Amino acid sequence: MNTQEVDFTYRLWRHDGAPGELIPLLQSAQEHFGYIPRRAITYISGVTNTPESTIYGVITFYSQFRLQPMGKHRIRLCCGTACHVAGAQTLLDALRDELGVEENGTTEDGVFTLFTVACLGCCSLAPAMMINDETYGSLTPAAARKIIRTIRREENKKAEKEKSVA
Amino acid sequence: MPTLTINDITVQAPEGATLLEAARTAGIHIPTLCHLPGVHAPGACRVCLVEVEGARTLMASCVTPAHDGMRVRTNSPRARNGRRDVVELLLSEHEGDCTTCARSEDCELRAIAREAGVKEVHYQGERRPTRLDHSTKGLVRDTGKCILCRRCVAVCQNVESIGAIAPQERGFGTYVGPAFHAPLSEVTCVQCGQCSLVCPVGAIGERDQVDEVWRALNDPHLHVVVQTAPAIRAALGECFGLPPGSRVTGKMVSALRRLGFGAVFDTDFSADLTIMEEGHELLARLRGALGGGPKHGPLPMFTSCCPAWIQFAEHFAPDMLHNLSTCKSPQQMLGALAKSYYAEKIGKKPEDVFVVSIMPCTAKKFECDRDEMRDSGAKDVDVVLTTRELGRMIREAGIDFTSLPDEVMDAPLGISTGAADIFANSGGVMEAALRTAYEVVTGRPLPSIQLEPVGPMAAGGVHQASIQVNDVVPAWSFLEGQTVTVAVVHGLAHARQLLEDVRAGRRSPHFVEVMTCPGGCIGGGGQPRPTTDEVRQARIRAICEEDASKPLRTSHTNPGVTQLYEEFLGAPLGERSHHLLHTHYHPRCFVAKAPQAQKATPKPCAEARPES
Repeated sequence: MNTQEVDFTYRLWRHDGAPGELIPLLQSAQEHFGYIPRRAITYISGVTNTPESTIYGVITFYSQFRLQPMGKHRIRLCCGTACHVAGAQTLLDALRDELGVEENGTTEDGVFTLFTVACLGCCSLAPAMMINDETYGSLTPAAARKIIRTIRREENKKAEKEKSVA
Repeated sequence: MPTLTINDITVQAPEGATLLEAARTAGIHIPTLCHLPGVHAPGACRVCLVEVEGARTLMASCVTPAHDGMRVRTNSPRARNGRRDVVELLLSEHEGDCTTCARSEDCELRAIAREAGVKEVHYQGERRPTRLDHSTKGLVRDTGKCILCRRCVAVCQNVESIGAIAPQERGFGTYVGPAFHAPLSEVTCVQCGQCSLVCPVGAIGERDQVDEVWRALNDPHLHVVVQTAPAIRAALGECFGLPPGSRVTGKMVSALRRLGFGAVFDTDFSADLTIMEEGHELLARLRGALGGGPKHGPLPMFTSCCPAWIQFAEHFAPDMLHNLSTCKSPQQMLGALAKSYYAEKIGKKPEDVFVVSIMPCTAKKFECDRDEMRDSGAKDVDVVLTTRELGRMIREAGIDFTSLPDEVMDAPLGISTGAADIFANSGGVMEAALRTAYEVVTGRPLPSIQLEPVGPMAAGGVHQASIQVNDVVPAWSFLEGQTVTVAVVHGLAHARQLLEDVRAGRRSPHFVEVMTCPGGCIGGGGQPRPTTDEVRQARIRAICEEDASKPLRTSHTNPGVTQLYEEFLGAPLGERSHHLLHTHYHPRCFVAKAPQAQKATPKPCAEARPES
């Protein structure tokens, strides 16, 4: 078990049914699973004595919680003013086409999740996007596609390696 | 006691009162949409805005505490304009057409719009998205009409401890619904309909089956009979402007005849029959537990008349299902008899008799559709209409209800005693059962006992009583000197607590009556709206008067029931009644495991892995 898993388990185990613990529990679950699976909701409901409807309401209220698994690489495309003017929409179209997903969607192979954000705070690089902690600036649709393809090639290589080891 | 002035009137407010309560004690009316006294005051609708001197903004009076020296105006131009703006904003998002909405007659939003003087909606914009939920037999929901007052959420969670629905999403996208965007039928909703009773608009209501009944009445091959629950006679008048608590038994019977029903029967009859079956079941269980007789099921025994309570037990107390009386509810008993005993008498086949029930309840619509309820060879009860639907049907037929003559129910399934009438009140089933059981065991009438709720009851309640049994007749000698403890519960939150207490051994009653709706069936989810505590009290009084007006007040003295046993059933708990009048229950699988069981699990995490 990793630390996050221990944390989630520990929180559930020691929970005494007192109110006010729901959000930390949901955060632990999300850290553990990468999203909040339905069974975790059912489980937390039983432990905290909170109806599933209320928990689902809390999850859907806060944008920090996810109900779908997230891809390995998180793409955050900036749609702030500067990037918008510099053509963020054409980038978004290109990424959607390249990945085959809509905004907030995860690719079938679970490698990418595509988000749009209001501003990344690097307007001088417009149009920009971040993949995980890496920032890419002055993008064109072709450059964006190339970046995605490069990461995908590396992921494919990794997967093959793992297969051959197994 | 804070002293303040409201509209220049000096008001002595009770300690801890809000401005709304203070104003009400002084007879000053402030409109509200989300406030539910004793249950819910979230300050969500903002319709109760008042002007408080010195305050920067208008204040929601339902959540503002009354302080000494406050100067409040409920009718200043600023307060009135503020309220009108709020109502206009609510109307601007409200998706619904008042001309076709089932709620238009008694819609609180519509009434408040008129009261606030709204002549035009100045705000234009997007309307609330409509999500329709027709998944359950009892209830229909339309989020487009919802004004997000959260009354339904409060009763579902706090009064009934179900929590089937809660606000989901945020901002303009907020809607009230179950978890996982699931339909109501896939969560623990017990269809009690308390949400539909408190909804101020037409966002939650009963499934309208009036047209199905019209179709049956116009079918020449069908003999259509109707039964009316005890609680209808004390509430139906409200649909026609009569004051709450008006007893309209006779007018109701003539209205039903004029609608074209072939026979008008009384669920009271089968309530008396229920007492015979359930009373004997209780005595058999007591004999098994205390008198060394054969075991006949565990104690405490819980009543089984309330279909929402049955579903609750199936969801949340699968370990206690053997504690439920095996008796069907009076509605289902009458249905089964109408299609067997009565059908035989009039020479018809069960499928040619169509049984309509008039019930104060939305869960009864679910109950009549259960697979177990077909023991007569056909569906025992074909359609259930709520009090509200019957009111609409009578109006559709153009019947002037208030000027109808009084008529009486048809024999044989229309004969009843006062013990059956009080089934409508919380505590009534218990009292009726005790009247008969005590008389059977001691040969004397039951001493006076107070089991009906008194005082505020919007949040339900629990009431325990003990009866000392002395000088019994020889057949029941094992009860000599015993103290029989009974409990009466209304509101499922109290039932849940009582179940916990029974499991933990903190309480050990012999017999428990559970009714889901606060106050009992008189406050049922299908009753006329609004149902406030004052209305509940008036209906309870009316039911008690109805009981007192009957010459016979114990179920075992009902001549119709005696005749039924002689001609058809044999004896209580006999072969035929076992087949027609008793049933069994199934655990349902929508509930997460009990918290205690989970805490004992060594690795809780392993249970909750994502689907891979």
